[in-house]
Amino acid sequence: MSGQIELTHCLLLGALLFVCGAVCMATKRNAIGVLMGVELVLNGATVNLVAFAHFNPAFAVEGQVFALFVIVMAAAEAAIALAIVLNFYNNHMTVDVDTAEELKG
Amino acid sequence: MTLQTFLFYVTALLTGVSALGVVVTQNIVRAATWLLFTLAGVAGIFFLLREEFVGATQLLVYVGGTLVLVVFGVMLTAQGPFINMKTSAAEWAISTAVGLLLYTVLALSVLASGPLATAPEGTGEITSASQLGLSLLGVKTGSINSYLLPFEIVSVHLLVVLIGAAYLARAKRRRGAAS
Amino acid sequence: MFTYLFKEVIPLPEDIAATLMAIIQGSILVGFVALSAVFFIWLERKVAGRIQDRLGPTRVGGKFGWLQTIADGMKLLVKEDLIPGDADQMLFRLGPYIAFCGAFLAFVALPFGNGVVARNLDIGIFFMLAVMSTEVFGIILAGYGSGSKWSLFGGMREAAQMVSYEVPMAICVLVPVIVAGTMNLNTFGQQQTGMAWNWYIFHDPFTFLAFWTYFTCATASCKRAPFDLAEAESELVAGFHTEYSGLRWSFFFMAEYGAMFAVSGIAVVLFLGGWNTGLVPFKDLTDWFGELLGSKVAGWWLGNLINVAVFIAKAWVLVFVMMWVRWTLPRLRIDQVMMTCLKYLLPLSCFLLMGVSLWQVAVNPYLPGLNYVLTGAAVLVVGWLTFKIWTTQSEMPVAGAFDLRNVPAPKFDFVRKS
Repeated sequence: MSGQIELTHCLLLGALLFVCGAVCMATKRNAIGVLMGVELVLNGATVNLVAFAHFNPAFAVEGQVFALFVIVMAAAEAAIALAIVLNFYNNHMTVDVDTAEELKG
Repeated sequence: MTLQTFLFYVTALLTGVSALGVVVTQNIVRAATWLLFTLAGVAGIFFLLREEFVGATQLLVYVGGTLVLVVFGVMLTAQGPFINMKTSAAEWAISTAVGLLLYTVLALSVLASGPLATAPEGTGEITSASQLGLSLLGVKTGSINSYLLPFEIVSVHLLVVLIGAAYLARAKRRRGAAS
Repeated sequence: MFTYLFKEVIPLPEDIAATLMAIIQGSILVGFVALSAVFFIWLERKVAGRIQDRLGPTRVGGKFGWLQTIADGMKLLVKEDLIPGDADQMLFRLGPYIAFCGAFLAFVALPFGNGVVARNLDIGIFFMLAVMSTEVFGIILAGYGSGSKWSLFGGMREAAQMVSYEVPMAICVLVPVIVAGTMNLNTFGQQQTGMAWNWYIFHDPFTFLAFWTYFTCATASCKRAPFDLAEAESELVAGFHTEYSGLRWSFFFMAEYGAMFAVSGIAVVLFLGGWNTGLVPFKDLTDWFGELLGSKVAGWWLGNLINVAVFIAKAWVLVFVMMWVRWTLPRLRIDQVMMTCLKYLLPLSCFLLMGVSLWQVAVNPYLPGLNYVLTGAAVLVVGWLTFKIWTTQSEMPVAGAFDLRNVPAPKFDFVRKS
């Protein structure tokens, strides 16, 4: 084991966050819980981008710029998703995602 | 093992455990707390990698903004004092299996891509925050590209989101109460 | 700060030296935050007493009751640590620590003197704002986890208020950042050496206004009166910390006073010249003392001791102003607090940001010496105020002055005229 942080370990951490987010999205019934899963997935992507930015000089700026974009997009997505969840709650008096079945054919 | 790697492993371990906590916990506000630790841990890893600007942005936007928003959402949509989300045992079994499978695939593919995973020696140079800002403002310095167009798109997108969220979440009469 | 000690005096392996340095710096900062909280709580009570025409604590520790906070702390230590039955144990326990961590971490990037900073970050001011924004989460957790309605309302109000006020505060911080062209707080201090007209508050009208806007937002983001709606006693018992007792409760207070010092420190570094006295025309105090004493090390120590003392004194003055405001102004309503932020402070700060950008490009090159005029005006105003306060005789009640016999009888008109 060398004295440096290794790219592989960062990527493994990113993958762990991604998987946790995916499982969270799949198992949670609460719409806000699903939203948290999405945040985890996006964070996994951010970890990967920053890791590439750190370990590959060719991506030094690119990785950071894209990580910033991901963070900003995640904030925007959370704002819109919460607005939708509030609307859903106003109409159905619940945030259980299984009750959203009005459009079922 | 140097101090930096030691701190990295400790932070990564805490981050991973907190991420698992988000999945496992049944209480939604506890899940938000675990998410706080995950996000703070990721920010800590960014600081360890010397990408301080992204780390600080992560703290400011995620922890100070998004997470507070999420907890607000929980409070506004809560029926009881402490909400619990129940997941059946069969679902747990399936999701654990699928999750483990997915992680194995991802980990194997990361470990298999050998040449990618070797850290080049020139990692010493740190891109400063001003370099980042200049590339976002479209000033080309050396080999760094300009990211003015994505930056503008993101800003306009944020404005649209601001208006859209305010429009969607504005106070109006509850339909369920009337009918 | 201790690099010299561990690199040259005691040669140690790099990692052990880094760990030792981190431990020493962390201990110094924790000690400083705790001690300044002790001092501030005593000061707050004295200030409150004087403003309300009473004495404040006088008994513990002989004169001035200066040991009052220690006695209070002992009481808090031995108090029963109560967790309500309805509370969510984990969240209830975590809340105070997260709030304290958020307030304390900000000190990592705060320079107390030239280079006297735990971590000289390139993006120091951004880092400070970022970690201070995490404090609000601890308060939400406390409010939610207590399982009490008062706490929940307090936590919700607090969250709405802090998140809203962060926006104009950050924009106001950008105003001097545009003037200085850096986010490194140490560089900020170095750029403002010399006389007081080099301070960024006097740089142009926009930075001058930005200081006051920033200070208002900072007061609100520290949930200090008149913006202390999160703990409005008249409405919410004690807000988010209603259910807390003992040591956990005191953690919230350490966080509050720590945050007060941190935002005051930011204001001092960004606008008020940092560690520079503003009274000496030469560049750096450490170099000057080094030449005077003929020893660079002695000059470094003496100069930096004075620098740190000047910085802490300036920040204390701002904290004192916050207390003064708290005990002078009445509390706003929650809708007024939000309206102040969103309708007035936010547009104002945006205007200041645009104004200072234009100023830097269009006006500043053609109008040198404006900072002298602004400094002169400020000195005149402060002098006039001091003179007025000095010469105003307080009207002490003289015996007989309020004798009811001297008061004309009120004319009550009991018969309603129709």
